Amino acid sequence: MTAPLPAQRSETAFADFKLPLMRDAAVAEANRCLFCSDAPCVNACPTHIDIPQFIRKIATDNVRSSAKTIFESNILGMSCARVCPVEVLCVGACVYNDLEQPPIAIGKLQRYATDMAFEKNWRFFEAGKPTGKKVALIGAGPASLAAAHELRRLGHACTIFEKRATIGGLNTFGVAPYKMKADRSLTEAEWVLAIGGIEVKTGVTVGEQVTLQQLEQQFDAVFVGAGLGADSALGIPGENLPGVYGAVAWIEHMKLTKADMSAVKSAVIVGGGNTAIDASRETRGLGVRSVTMLYRGTREGMSGYQHEWSAALEEGVGTAWQSLPIAFEGTGRVQRVKCVKLDASKRPIAGTEFTIEADLVLLAIGQAKLGDMLGSLAGVSVHKGIVKVDAHGFTGRAKWYAGGDCTNGGKEVVNAAAEGKAAARAIDAAIMKGAARA
Amino acid sequence: MPDLSTNTGGIHSPNPFWLASAPPANSGLQIQRAFEAGWGGAVWKTLGTPIQNVSSRFGGHTIGGVRGAGFNNIELITDRSIETNLREITETKKLFPKNPIIVSLMVETEAEWKDLIKRSIDAGGDGLELNFGCPHGMCERGMGSAVGQEPKINERITGWAVQYSTVPVLVKLTPNVSDIIPHGMAAKRGGAHGVSLINTIKSIIGVDIDRFVPNPRVGLASTNGGYCGSAVKPIALHMVAALARHKEFGLPISGIGGVCNWRDAVEFMLLGSSTVQVCTEVMLRGYRIVEDMIDGLQEYMRSHGFDRVDQMVGKAVPAFSEWGELDLNYETVAKIDADKCIGCQLCVAACHDGAHQCIHPQQDSRVPRVDESECVGCNLCQIVCPVPECISLVPVNNGFKPATWNEHVHQGKPLRPKKGAH
Ligand SMILES: Cc1cc2nc3c(=O)[nH]c(=O)nc-3n(C[C@H](O)[C@H](O)[C@H](O)COP(=O)(O)OP(=O)(O)OC[C@H]3O[C@@H](n4cnc5c(N)ncnc54)[C@H](O)[C@@H]3O)c2cc1C
Ligand SMILES: Cc1cc2nc3c(=O)[nH]c(=O)nc-3n(C[C@H](O)[C@H](O)[C@H](O)COP(=O)(O)O)c2cc1C
Ligand code: SF4
Repeated sequence: MTAPLPAQRSETAFADFKLPLMRDAAVAEANRCLFCSDAPCVNACPTHIDIPQFIRKIATDNVRSSAKTIFESNILGMSCARVCPVEVLCVGACVYNDLEQPPIAIGKLQRYATDMAFEKNWRFFEAGKPTGKKVALIGAGPASLAAAHELRRLGHACTIFEKRATIGGLNTFGVAPYKMKADRSLTEAEWVLAIGGIEVKTGVTVGEQVTLQQLEQQFDAVFVGAGLGADSALGIPGENLPGVYGAVAWIEHMKLTKADMSAVKSAVIVGGGNTAIDASRETRGLGVRSVTMLYRGTREGMSGYQHEWSAALEEGVGTAWQSLPIAFEGTGRVQRVKCVKLDASKRPIAGTEFTIEADLVLLAIGQAKLGDMLGSLAGVSVHKGIVKVDAHGFTGRAKWYAGGDCTNGGKEVVNAAAEGKAAARAIDAAIMKGAARA
Repeated sequence: MPDLSTNTGGIHSPNPFWLASAPPANSGLQIQRAFEAGWGGAVWKTLGTPIQNVSSRFGGHTIGGVRGAGFNNIELITDRSIETNLREITETKKLFPKNPIIVSLMVETEAEWKDLIKRSIDAGGDGLELNFGCPHGMCERGMGSAVGQEPKINERITGWAVQYSTVPVLVKLTPNVSDIIPHGMAAKRGGAHGVSLINTIKSIIGVDIDRFVPNPRVGLASTNGGYCGSAVKPIALHMVAALARHKEFGLPISGIGGVCNWRDAVEFMLLGSSTVQVCTEVMLRGYRIVEDMIDGLQEYMRSHGFDRVDQMVGKAVPAFSEWGELDLNYETVAKIDADKCIGCQLCVAACHDGAHQCIHPQQDSRVPRVDESECVGCNLCQIVCPVPECISLVPVNNGFKPATWNEHVHQGKPLRPKKGAH
């Protein structure tokens, strides 16, 4: 199954950015919730957790049922409580924002209930009566875990194929350690798998050790939850120098092993999205004195969340707006980044070249899309590497379903959880058509 | 899963949660939505000769920033025609045959009672509730609490109802009496199958201090109304428990008054209620509060090993005794956990000004010191302490055998020396 994590990991240096609530604080916060009717927070949650209801149950000390309400909608509710960008989802929608008062700390309350569920080893769900149907899932990330759990509740046997040695997907090797560390994600994955009847084959790459055709023949349905691919590159001189890495690859390295930061005094992070902000905060957090986020657009134009960006600023991350690297330079390893300033339409302005020192460069300019791996399947349409699906995750080719980053182009864990679950229900409807349930 | 089904005087319900006779149980469509949300039963808004209501009708009592912690109303019984109500009862019963509908009634003459009882049962009512409780408006007309406060009249009307009814009869008692026992006993003598209590408490919810008019305000005047909601729970619990423990009473009880969540419900049940009824919290938050009540009760039963509701009903009644039966030699003293203490010294102020002057500030630390030789174990410090499990009241072995006041007076059992009485 999943490989154990080494005890020595760079990520263990990080403390939680958002602190957990103790009981009295949780109850007090829960009692502030207005228990809105047709609550906007629920509509803002991709998995539609009944937020006022779970909060009310915290207020009445009915925490077990509170946790159940959360997991009923989102089986990954424990990690989502920590990693969700609640500021732009449920908390951002809370009606208190309209009163210009602090919104309810929904993420922290969800963490309070779900952490207690894990601590007390509460379990809520059982596998359904066996249907004799088998479903294959590609990737052991949030999308497949949510799909497999729902499929098991419906009684279908599941086999997950995961190319890595470790399960959990980016939730394990991607999310920032000040939100959640890898071991917590593994604990969650195992808690999900404990419903039983989900075989996980790690170290198996679909397309190599097993073919798509084999899966199609051997299973009643296939769910593709393969996520995104490798970090994109700029294609400029010096990109292969040691010290220049893809940000997501470096984050995985830092989270799962001990990254050697001893020689790193300054770092440049290229990009303006959330991965760039994460990488900036992570390098700062690991003691890199000078960290510069280099983005080709303006501050207003960056896709990273405002609340993440403010935290990065507070932690001392520096910036270079409207700037583009044109070469990485150094002897034996990267030492400098040569850049040029860009105009409003992101075109280089002649004569504005400048240089920044950097012993570490992380490229956070996007990830490859893996959809092309399905290209050989007639009936599946792939656009710019993104697998096209309907609202229920159906690809258009019988048996084939997909969800998560590989279909939405890269959103959040909570979207992958919602899409995986929806696809599981659609798979169930399709493979049980005309069949009687025991 | 524990079985939540209940039986209150022959009225069977899938769970102990009923809507009280009040605005949330005013119409068929409302009650149907409530049953869909999970409510076990409903006591229909009191039927009688339709009345005319005033506006406004409700007042809210904000306590420490919590809106509606107490609530009052000057609303009367149904303002809809009897025919409409009965038709909707029939419709609702058809859609929800398993959920009991108890029809609340309030009329004057024997003939009226006889007629309305028959029509209510014909419409599909599973039980009747005689509203002898309303403390405003109806009593001036010789109904409501005017009946509930007069055991003889209560007994007589209950007798009529039981005589004319083919379904169980519950009598809804008013709390506006000095002792609930004679009124519960009157219902029993009348032949009731059970009682429901409490109705609302006579009250003035507050005063508009700029207009010099009490609330709720009807133009430039107001009247006394019925107090209910979270704040009345302690009064309701006492009245329920007083009847539950009374040796000659023994009727099933439907508990009402400030039930807001599963925990309140459990408290009412432990003190003898086989069902609970809710009005105010539903008015404030809607039918969906029942979800927490149902699964909170299930969790509670599971964790305490109860399979059925009747195993827990009345479980705390034997422990509710007279003051004279309490052990005067049981002694506790307060202990402060210095590691947990945050140094707010609320306990110092409370003990010095409100108790026995035995918690003292210390020179070298913010953690106060308890003088155990003076501490009377009153609990005040623990009540004000904001830190969980920081102050505990620890039993002391004083060498004295248990002795109650009654045992001391009648058998001469020795009492420990008084503390703090100098
Ligand atoms: C740096 C970073 C930080 C993030 N931070 C957050 C955050 O704080 N909060 C948040 O909500 N979201 C965050 N996200 C996004 C979130 O992690 C993803 O949206 C989510 O993990 C997507 O789940 P998934 O199951 O679709 O894909 P993944 O999590 O990517 O899982 C896909 C799995 O499939 C496996 N796989 C791929 N191809 C094959 C194959 N051919 N055969 C077998 N297995 C294969 C992969 O090894 C991987 O384990 C972050 C993403 C990144 C990159
Ligand atoms: C607005 C309002 C109207 C009420 N009308 C009735 C009624 O028609 N008949 C009745 O028996 N009780 C009536 N009651 C009393 C309630 O049924 C209930 O006994 C009381 O409110 C206590 O319960 P609570 O604390 O859950 O509100 C009414 C209460 C309120 C607040
Ligand atoms: S929007 Fe805010 S106040 Fe309303 S239910 Fe959601 S968390 Fe509670």
